[in-house]
Amino acid sequence: MKLKGRKVYKGVAEGEAIVTKDGISFYGGVDPETGRVVEVGHELEGQSITGKVLVFPTGKGSTVGSYTMYRMKKNNTAPVAIVNKEIDTIIAVGCIISEIPCVDKINISNIKTGQKLFVNGSEGTIEIVD
Amino acid sequence: MRLNQEEKDMLEGKNGKATQKSMEILITLGDIFEAENMIEVYGVQIAGVSYDNLGEAGLEFLNEMAEDGKVKVLTTLNPAGMDRENWQVLGIDEEFAINQNRAIDAFAKMGIITTCSCTPYLIGNSPHYGQHIAWAESSAVCYSNSVIGARTNREGGPSALAAALTGRTPNYGYHLDKNRHGQVLVSVNAPVKGTDEFGVLGKIIGDKLVELGKKIPYITGIPSATVEELKSFCASVATYGGTALFHMDGITPEYNKYPKPSDVRFEIIQNEIESARAELIDDGIEIDFVSIGCPHASIHEIANLAKLLEGKKVKKEFWITTARPTKKIADEAGYTKIIEGAGAKFAADTCCVVAPIKGRFKGIMVDSAKACYYGRAKNKFKVKIGSIEQCIEEATR
Repeated sequence: MKLKGRKVYKGVAEGEAIVTKDGISFYGGVDPETGRVVEVGHELEGQSITGKVLVFPTGKGSTVGSYTMYRMKKNNTAPVAIVNKEIDTIIAVGCIISEIPCVDKINISNIKTGQKLFVNGSEGTIEIVD
Repeated sequence: MRLNQEEKDMLEGKNGKATQKSMEILITLGDIFEAENMIEVYGVQIAGVSYDNLGEAGLEFLNEMAEDGKVKVLTTLNPAGMDRENWQVLGIDEEFAINQNRAIDAFAKMGIITTCSCTPYLIGNSPHYGQHIAWAESSAVCYSNSVIGARTNREGGPSALAAALTGRTPNYGYHLDKNRHGQVLVSVNAPVKGTDEFGVLGKIIGDKLVELGKKIPYITGIPSATVEELKSFCASVATYGGTALFHMDGITPEYNKYPKPSDVRFEIIQNEIESARAELIDDGIEIDFVSIGCPHASIHEIANLAKLLEGKKVKKEFWITTARPTKKIADEAGYTKIIEGAGAKFAADTCCVVAPIKGRFKGIMVDSAKACYYGRAKNKFKVKIGSIEQCIEEATR
């Protein structure tokens, strides 16, 4: 199944989806050293987002979060791509400076954790491979 | 989004990598917020300067941008995590100081004026009415939009830097007349005086705006306000309400420009000011730290502090946070000698919100509602708000 959204940042990536209904704050909410979500009570608390296609509704929290994403990219703990329902400034800027392919305006309830996704940030599309 | 030839060249990398990356950031934001074009900005204020907030990742990004990036417009910096000259006296450790200076050096390499202040409008980054700018630092954004009548969105660190390196910002939000109308009519039916009380007022209005899901208040019932009172109000209403713009009847320049809001309104009476003040005083507080200058103290405030402190001795740690240029005027005028003679310390280039002082003190007394918020949330202090005179009384007791 192919879904059409909006291009946020260019590039293509393929990986396993990790999906949450909660917003994500990279600053304080994700550990850039381990790639794990550390926000207490978050749906993904304790889970690693490294190398995954991270699917969540929208970003939240401090604008420093963009720098946290950059740090994860340098540490090799970043997700390979990001899919949002509605992008916010922090995640958008984070994807651009870290060069992480990103697509938004996707109905994320169609996607389940563990599915293999192909994200085309340049076209603004995602494909559920299986 | 429509781009002119110069902007297209920047996007294609003809002006170097940092400019190209900056244009990518601005175009992406412009597309998200449906901007039709880019506009030129007169000046930029950059936040995300303290190493405490940037971390090694932020610093790495800045160094990458500094490889070939040069600012195209007047650009100044937000407070750093320390006084650049006097950090040892203020108890900042050496490793932090080294890292902080690495960050400031990266900004300087890009041609940014490293003033390190949250009040750029007091020290020469001073746009005029109607001018487009791209500022980060929520209190200065609110001041420039509201009190000066310049136009800026609430930028973050990277988007402000991108504006500085390109001289552009996407044309959306507060740059457009249609988004600057007052949304809520606020009638203040109580006397409000002093930086502390204007901060309390900012908290009441900010909290209420969040509750109502609105952003721009139109405030009536304030007969007069000083620059210092307005700067305190801006910091508070931006902290508690995320407010980037307000209109104040008879005081701010756009108060008569747009139709007054009529469908949503609320009133503020004396009781509410008293109870909001009480919310900014923690039970059982034991004060071991007093700080004035959030936002950075003006020369007028410093002159007043010198008058109040002359011939007295402070018995608690007492910081006056201000911009380096303002401190230099105080040095020349002899205020520094009087203030330091009383045992108080200047902390220029920095402030209690961004310095790495978490847990270092038990209780802080301030004249700023914004400082109360961050004193609690970021630094884990107990807090108490009071007038400048009450702060000095506490410090000298």
